[in-house]
Amino acid sequence: MSAPAALPDAAGHFGRFGGRFVPEALVAALDELAAAHRAAMADGTFRAEFAGLLQDYAGTPSRLYEARRFSARAGARVLLKREDLNHTGAHKVRNVLGQALLTRRMGKKRVIAETGAGQHGVATATAAALFDLDCVVYMGQVDTERQALNVARMRMLGATVVPVTNGSRTLKDAMNEAMRDWVANVDDTHYLIGTAAGPHPFPALVRDFVRGIGDEARAQCLELTGALPDAVTACVGGGSNALGIFHAFVDDPQVRLYGFEAGGEGVTTGRHAASITGGSTGVLHGTRTFVLQDADGQTVESHSISAGLDYPGVGPEHAWLHDTGRARYLPVTDDEAMAAFELLCRTEGIIPAIESSHALAGTLAVAGKLAAELGREPTIVVNLSGRGDKDVHTAGGYFGILDGESA
Amino acid sequence: MSRIGVAFDKARADGRAVLVGCMPAGFPTVEGSIAAMKAMVAAGVDVIEVEIPYSDPVMDGPVIQRASDIALAGGVRTRDTLRIVEEVAATGAPVVTMTYWNPIERYGVEAFARDLAAAGGTGLITPDLIPEEAGEWLAASDAYGLDRTFLVAPSSTDQRLAMTVEHCRGFVYATAIMGVTGARSQTSQAAPVLVSRVREVTDLPVGVGLGVGTGAQAAAVAGYADGVIVGSALIRCLFDAPDETTALAALSTLSAELADGVRHPTP
Repeated sequence: MSAPAALPDAAGHFGRFGGRFVPEALVAALDELAAAHRAAMADGTFRAEFAGLLQDYAGTPSRLYEARRFSARAGARVLLKREDLNHTGAHKVRNVLGQALLTRRMGKKRVIAETGAGQHGVATATAAALFDLDCVVYMGQVDTERQALNVARMRMLGATVVPVTNGSRTLKDAMNEAMRDWVANVDDTHYLIGTAAGPHPFPALVRDFVRGIGDEARAQCLELTGALPDAVTACVGGGSNALGIFHAFVDDPQVRLYGFEAGGEGVTTGRHAASITGGSTGVLHGTRTFVLQDADGQTVESHSISAGLDYPGVGPEHAWLHDTGRARYLPVTDDEAMAAFELLCRTEGIIPAIESSHALAGTLAVAGKLAAELGREPTIVVNLSGRGDKDVHTAGGYFGILDGESA
Repeated sequence: MSRIGVAFDKARADGRAVLVGCMPAGFPTVEGSIAAMKAMVAAGVDVIEVEIPYSDPVMDGPVIQRASDIALAGGVRTRDTLRIVEEVAATGAPVVTMTYWNPIERYGVEAFARDLAAAGGTGLITPDLIPEEAGEWLAASDAYGLDRTFLVAPSSTDQRLAMTVEHCRGFVYATAIMGVTGARSQTSQAAPVLVSRVREVTDLPVGVGLGVGTGAQAAAVAGYADGVIVGSALIRCLFDAPDETTALAALSTLSAELADGVRHPTP
């Protein structure tokens, strides 16, 4: 594992983004967490234990797979970073194992988490079982309905799932509820946040735990192709999988970084979850970043076919990467994502998460331009951040292929 | 000295605590909230705290969440809050605004400070803004002579406590418990300790909020704090009543009970 990157600064700022916008009651816990994070990253024993868990338990390094039939359709050499093959089916296991180790190091006995699609909730419940921690997962009621299978998985793993019935009843409200729980129980509880967002030190801490994705992909790509990729692509909701794969390439200026946001029904319709391309600067869930908000600063409900991307904010480091121009962020609509979902199923026999399908669709969209620019077939590493088993019901409904149900 | 400072000084001279009553702007409607706040003043609430409703109020419990949702669903805007402040301040009671940070940042920090001062507001209570992130607000509040109330908590270290109160003006808000807003059956054990820790580092008055809902609880808090801050219990009067007349009567009764409590501090 590499050393943490230079940013954020000591107060958690990535340029004009990040920081801490939290009740004073949480500051002591955030300071404790920041100190534990720093100490852990400098501790060889911690790093070895984390690396061991990632390898033996989570099944990493995940493979970099050359998707030849998909490549032919994309007009690019597409290499899939198979995070979908990790234990629990997504990149998120890396973050939860790191934070569970930190939780134990801080002597806390209980973890709470928010979840959208349920992937982070399942990953948290998994780590909680492994580390013998009490676990409560907050999940918007709308999401508990569209991801019922994941609710059952969390319960099987011993977690308590609390459906959140206020506000828009999705991920942002689950986060509010988790924050409220944390304020009241901060002495014995760690808030195991699921993405590279929230108050400092969460964005930096989550990034440090998931950046192995990019470290692995960079080495694997060099080994497989003898060169760095021309582009690295990922979907962006809160943005942990994208940061995870971007980070190893940030200092390689020839590698283009693309983050694909959930464009929902189209950014111009207002029904989307594209915080960078369709939002504005604001403060949400403890950090300054791009936010979907109205003229009065009230958070606007986001929309995406993908529960995991259905969030009206984005991690502050993405806001900064956008500001500096180092990464490009583009919206992908529900329909474009579902077309890419179907294409990967049919060409490669891989059912991707709908979240990851946004990265696939975005890759299809930029491949042609990239080829024209380079005058040759580009090599693109796509973070296939999760598998689509959890999305079968949604996708089945979308394509109208569920027997006995209307689409 | 600000109007809030005057209110605290006067109460201190009278051997009692100041009663601060909180109500979300625009709940149940803009006019309804003005009527409620005026009724609170008439029944003995010394200072009105107007909360700007926000879509993601992480420091608030279910009662204020629901009230805020209703206010927002009714279409209340930040500029309506300023009108409410103006109308309630006209009663002569000091009016302080409580707000999560994003609505202010969106309005423009300097512009909001200007308009709040023009409306007769005394300043801001900022539940999710800590002094380290408050540079723009420190400057704007200085420019327009507004008070700054940051929160301190039982978990605040001595160092943070000193730093935070150094940036406060008007009064300090001590959160009595580790948790969110909402009346509770028992008052906090941590609050008296926190208040005495604050007193070691400042002469500013200290208000205690979170969990106070009855006259007896108000009297108990008045025994060690300069201000007693009540929100959810007052707001609940408006939820529980079948019509506005009954609601305002219940609100006045509870306000008077609390006002009596702060006048009879439990030693």
